[in-house]
Amino acid sequence: MNRVKPFDHLVLILGTIFMVAPVVVAFMTSTHTAADIHMNGLTLTPGGHGVETYKTVLTRQGGFTGQVTGARMMMNSLILGIGFAVGKIVLSMLAAYALVYFRFRFATAMFWVIFTTLLLPLEVRIMPSYQVMSELHLLNTYTGLIVPLLASATGTFYFRQFFKSVPDELLEAARIDGAGPIKFFIDVLVPLSKTMMAAIFIIMFVYGWNQYLWPMLMTTEERFFTLMRGIKQILQVWIGSQIPDYNEAFALAVLALLPPVLVVVVFQRWFIKGLTESDK
Amino acid sequence: MTDLPAPPLPRLARLRARFLAAPEPAKRVQFDRPLLPWLFLLPQLAVIVVFFYWPSVQAITSSFYIEDPFGFGSTFVGMENYGDALGSAEYRRIAGFTAFFTVMVTALALGLGLLLAVKADKVIRGRSAYRTALISVYAIAPPVAGLMGMMLFDQHIGPFVKLAGWFGWDMKVGLNYWDTAFAMIVVSVWKQVPYNFIFFLSGLQGIPAAVREAAVIDCKNGLRRFAGITLPLLAPTGFFLLIINITYALFDTFAVIDVMVKDKPANNPITLVYKVYLDGFRGNDIGGSSAQSVILMLVVLVLTLVQFRYLERRVHYG
Amino acid sequence: MASIEILNVSKTYPGSAARSVTGIDLTIRDGEFIVLVGPSGCGKSTLLRMVAGLEDISEGEVRIGDRRVNDVDPADRDIAMVFQNYALYPHMTVRENMAYGLKNRRTPAAEIEARVAEAARMLELGPYLDRKPRALSGGQRQRVAMGRAVVRQPAAFLFDEPLSNLDAKLRVSMRGEIRRLQRRLGTISIYVTHDQLEAMTLADRLVVLNAGRIEQVGAPLEIYHQPASTFVASFIGSPAMNLIDAELSGSQLRIGGAALPLDAPAPAQGPVTLGIRAEHLHRAASGLSFSVDFIEELGAQRLVHGHVEGQPLTLALPPDAPVADSMVIAPAPGALHFFDTASGQRLGAAAPAPRAKGVFA
Repeated sequence: MNRVKPFDHLVLILGTIFMVAPVVVAFMTSTHTAADIHMNGLTLTPGGHGVETYKTVLTRQGGFTGQVTGARMMMNSLILGIGFAVGKIVLSMLAAYALVYFRFRFATAMFWVIFTTLLLPLEVRIMPSYQVMSELHLLNTYTGLIVPLLASATGTFYFRQFFKSVPDELLEAARIDGAGPIKFFIDVLVPLSKTMMAAIFIIMFVYGWNQYLWPMLMTTEERFFTLMRGIKQILQVWIGSQIPDYNEAFALAVLALLPPVLVVVVFQRWFIKGLTESDK
Repeated sequence: MTDLPAPPLPRLARLRARFLAAPEPAKRVQFDRPLLPWLFLLPQLAVIVVFFYWPSVQAITSSFYIEDPFGFGSTFVGMENYGDALGSAEYRRIAGFTAFFTVMVTALALGLGLLLAVKADKVIRGRSAYRTALISVYAIAPPVAGLMGMMLFDQHIGPFVKLAGWFGWDMKVGLNYWDTAFAMIVVSVWKQVPYNFIFFLSGLQGIPAAVREAAVIDCKNGLRRFAGITLPLLAPTGFFLLIINITYALFDTFAVIDVMVKDKPANNPITLVYKVYLDGFRGNDIGGSSAQSVILMLVVLVLTLVQFRYLERRVHYG
Repeated sequence: MASIEILNVSKTYPGSAARSVTGIDLTIRDGEFIVLVGPSGCGKSTLLRMVAGLEDISEGEVRIGDRRVNDVDPADRDIAMVFQNYALYPHMTVRENMAYGLKNRRTPAAEIEARVAEAARMLELGPYLDRKPRALSGGQRQRVAMGRAVVRQPAAFLFDEPLSNLDAKLRVSMRGEIRRLQRRLGTISIYVTHDQLEAMTLADRLVVLNAGRIEQVGAPLEIYHQPASTFVASFIGSPAMNLIDAELSGSQLRIGGAALPLDAPAPAQGPVTLGIRAEHLHRAASGLSFSVDFIEELGAQRLVHGHVEGQPLTLALPPDAPVADSMVIAPAPGALHFFDTASGQRLGAAAPAPRAKGVFA
């Protein structure tokens, strides 16, 4: 059954090449000059101008106000990614703890109030969400960037499933050992959830980092721009120009994809665990 | 306990009963504190109420009003916004394209994901390398995917355009409606294949070895074995992914589309979500945009209910 | 002097009309080892968990020492519990697992240290104190769970099927260890199991439960020799006691077409359920004609399965006893048990324990 099958490998190799090649092309091409690219098209070989291109993209002050650099955008993306992931973990762990480990009135109702949010993605309520943010004067703030994205129950769902899978006897043993709700949470449940927290952190970091529509609407001041917003920007500048800055566009794309790709690849095992266990 | 089964309740009553009944306690033993659970729930509830329920209710209410363009209040118009949206030829054309786009992206992304997963499941050597390579694509943001797609389909430097040229296809992405659609579908599929791959592979590896071995003994033909044993066992994963992929094609491709139509949506294909955004933020037609939002909400609602019903049924399998 | 009193305790789960546990009365003396035994769903775990405080007591009263504990938190009941899956905290070392309960009750550090060291010595856990549970074998985890109970120095140990997750060999040796430990500490123990052998070997007194009620309470041998009902007769002892339909008429016992003379006055007349232990049947010159279906060789004895008058019957014979396809058998004197056919309750006074012929004689 487990003989080596060249045909299987062929399909896999072709598939993988098709999937990964664009990333390689993006990186290689970003190390050539714009004129070079304009003349010769995309390449699979490294050019000699990588360092200066990335340096330019990271440090040149761009935009209308001259306030925003690639590094700044990267910083903002990081704040969004980490802030979102941490916020998600804190909110959803607390809520899931209440739902799983407590007996209280309206528990069912609260379950539904929270899990109804799984029904409607942000995209379909983007317009009124924007209005609410502007009424609350949260446009162009990190709070406004991060907190509204937390209004969904995905994390709560993951943690609820996980808590339910923790053996009942652990709580019983802890109660006989004299642990109250707070002690049990801190002494037993949080340490037990470490792997789960890591998995959710990775998933949520990628999700937050990759946000596009919300940051685009929420941030009109350039100092709040994320890398995704920067990509939109670079394309807008592009439309009128003779020789577009292909190299810089690619460099920006590489910067935008590198952190989430690294996180996911390095912590692959946790990530897959978290991702695939959510469907159960 | 009685021997007679309980008489079947009417559907609605049963639904009500389920909703109102005390939940099956998640744990045999639970804490019994009146205040503490609310304290734990408070942050999540606050965020949800302010940033989910409030805007959702606003979307629904404003879908019944027409906002005065100069900001002098708004007028109640009942279902007029819905009528306008559904009645307009443009809206129907975009809805048609959205359906086509969704079917194409879902079918291709699922098919390719399944193909690669089945192959990766068969090989031992290099499986994790393939997986790592594919997972890295999962982490790429849709707008970045859109940008890279644009380059690959660029008029001057795009290799795909050259490739198409060899076959006599004068590809003009961004100018020609169907050429743009083609590029958008390719990029959207590319971005989604790894996700499906991860789930299918984990589903395949969840099939017990004993079942596979029994199948090998019972059936010599690999293809028949796949169709008769593997595929049915993979069906739960497949159905879950189907819903996820439809949702992805409808909503998450927003960034791909936004990047690829380059702010020139006039003669380019767009989907319904993009139209909600255009009418709301560009056209300042808040009522119309809200009505379209509500229509989309209903679509998602139906999808999710199908999913819940199905998930519920799957519990009985297990 | 600790004691536990269970007074007319019942349990009704919310949303359920029927009681899961009904009217349990039991007084446990200091130092006693009580085993609650019964099939799954008989309420034995529920009863234990009510004593522990993990389930609410719907009716009745539980007293530990001279305190009513119905509304006392589990942590304050002065009990310790050993769970089937051990319920060790996976992220804590063996030492931390044992110390956690003591820390929560603000026991001085030196005292904790001493008690953990003592428990570790007793349970031979010394070398493993700094390991995490996942680095231990099943038997070692079991011992840590016991250590966690021992360091508490409670008024009672509660065991909820603690050996069910171990393999057969380890179960036997851990059984001995639990018994030895309990003897040494002299602490009241309530032990729940569905394994009748475990129940027999561990208990000072056995409580047989069925469908939420006590069927019989007594010393293991008392229950073995004088089962109060067909349920107890078939549950305790291996192989299970033979139960066959018979009829008492005058001083004769009729089984189908065959008849045996009774050696004691009949406790009733008419149809009864007759109980005979497998080891109390032997070959005889006259008696019942028994046809053999198959034989199980156990080494120390052989179990001969067959039937008498169309009813299945099992004999336990010495390993060298000759067996024919068809043979005449008779019960040992005083080895007959009679039960009511409808209620399954024992009929008449208990006979004195019979002396079995064969290997056990």
